[in-house]
Amino acid sequence: MSNTQQLKDLTTQVRRDILRMVHKVNSGHPGGSLGCAEFFVSLYSDILDRKEGFDMDGIGEDLFFLSNGHISPVYYSVLARSGYFPVKELSTFRLINSRLQGHPTTHDNLPGIRIASGSLGQGMSVALGAAQTKKLNNDSHLIYSLHGDGELQEGQNWEAIMYAAGNKVDNIISTIDLNGQQIDGSTDTVLPMGSIKGKFEAFGWTVVEINEGNDIDAILKGMAEAKSKTGKGKPVCVLLKTVMGNGVDFMMHTHAWHGKAPNDEQLANGLVQNPETLGDY
Amino acid sequence: MKTYTNTGSKDTRSGFGDGLTELGKTNENVVALCADLIGSLKMDEFKANHPERFFQVGIAEANMISLAAGMTIGGKIPFTGTFANFSTGRVYDQIRQSVAYSDKNVKICASHAGLTLGEDGATHQILEDIGLMKMLPGMTVINTCDYNQTKAATIAIAEHHGPVYLRFGRPKVANFTEANQKFEIGKALHLVDGTDVTIVATGHLVWEALEAAKVLNEKGISAEVINIHTIKPLDDEAIIKSVTKTGCIVTAEEHNFLGGLGESVARVLAINKPTPQEFVATNDTFGESGTPEQLMEKYGLNSNAIVKAVETVIKRK
Repeated sequence: MSNTQQLKDLTTQVRRDILRMVHKVNSGHPGGSLGCAEFFVSLYSDILDRKEGFDMDGIGEDLFFLSNGHISPVYYSVLARSGYFPVKELSTFRLINSRLQGHPTTHDNLPGIRIASGSLGQGMSVALGAAQTKKLNNDSHLIYSLHGDGELQEGQNWEAIMYAAGNKVDNIISTIDLNGQQIDGSTDTVLPMGSIKGKFEAFGWTVVEINEGNDIDAILKGMAEAKSKTGKGKPVCVLLKTVMGNGVDFMMHTHAWHGKAPNDEQLANGLVQNPETLGDY
Repeated sequence: MKTYTNTGSKDTRSGFGDGLTELGKTNENVVALCADLIGSLKMDEFKANHPERFFQVGIAEANMISLAAGMTIGGKIPFTGTFANFSTGRVYDQIRQSVAYSDKNVKICASHAGLTLGEDGATHQILEDIGLMKMLPGMTVINTCDYNQTKAATIAIAEHHGPVYLRFGRPKVANFTEANQKFEIGKALHLVDGTDVTIVATGHLVWEALEAAKVLNEKGISAEVINIHTIKPLDDEAIIKSVTKTGCIVTAEEHNFLGGLGESVARVLAINKPTPQEFVATNDTFGESGTPEQLMEKYGLNSNAIVKAVETVIKRK
């Protein structure tokens, strides 16, 4: 268990990594990455029961699946800073011959990644499959997954959500990043989805809400509550309310930075707001 | 010339079902998923024997393919079962990203392929699935010819690490290959020796090729018949060796000529040994309702069509 200040320091460093990674190649997705920085840091520093090193089968440890693969910058930064691969490799993000592809992949054997994601809507099904294999293997560890709120517009999610409840897959905690934004605008303007909580509950899931999704203490408390609700015959959904672009003032509360990199001046501004804590890559 | 005997017509899908039943007993890592077609896919027995390893996903094929990909994480070997159309076209992106690109050990088992699905018509008669699957890097593509071969292939693919597309069909067809044969992925089977023409066939067309060879023999044409059950990886050597002897080739498949076995063979020959080739395949068209026999006649996929193609290609030598 790390203390909250350590996690905050790590989050600040992760934000710097995200900004520097996307700036260098003038591409990538900073908005959603920044919004989920606290969640990823909490997950890998505190929540997941992980083994040392990386093994694809992951027997005897909790597993995490990222469904909205475009927020790869935060995933790569946190994986590197959790010891899966050298931090300096972050400098190869999106470059030719890199293991850090635009969207996460197993193709180049990057430790920490168990499935390719990027084409949206598949990760819930994949995570449920892994959860069922855990049960077949009598492995009591949990499956965690993360999905965008806009991503729920992909119909396959609802096949998976229906399946999970119908088959009592109760060893999964699927978190939805409720930032209310997608590429073309707010989720309410692109395709209003009504009550996501109501939909999950209607489909037979237990729902836990974390209203301060950029507050580490709130995340740890909410995820502990979610964990306490596993093993009771119902899948568990966490609705994590975040702010897209969190921690970089000009990127916050807008879809504008979904898939756009900062220029030199904007990078400098963002980095000033997030002073180096653990050392840049 | 060597001839083969139909030991009693059976459907290839029952070969799949019986192979899966055997795998259930011998390999505890094998799990099976089905999208509301247990009876059609002959998965009843596996389900009855191993309810804990059987997953009914309902009419949700996209979920089924991605679930299967996830199940491999932790060492399971998932076999998915539905019609060929719903096994490929409907779920192409799920197969592409979660299975092929992620190199997951999923076996996509597809019944009711091609025109011989019959009366349900074109919505269900996929003639493009071999092309869709063979284009995916890392995907092994198998199209078996009879009950015995389908059973053997089902058992064999569990031992092969990596994604596999196994294609078979609905109707009862001649069962003529050996029972309890050893199935070797990627290895062409030499069925009949000949000197005038090579006939390379896959799936239901293998029996038709054997029938055609008999007719051709009576006409004084010596046809070599090769059973290509694995379209990818293709047994290039067997094809090149045969046409070196015969000098011309006919490919036969229950599939569109675009993207099928014939095009794969044409590529091998264009690079290694340019050879006159005729294609017995559907001609860039959808199917329609009818009996399997009527459809195979109308769309030119039976022994008569193979004989005609042989007579054409020999003139081009």
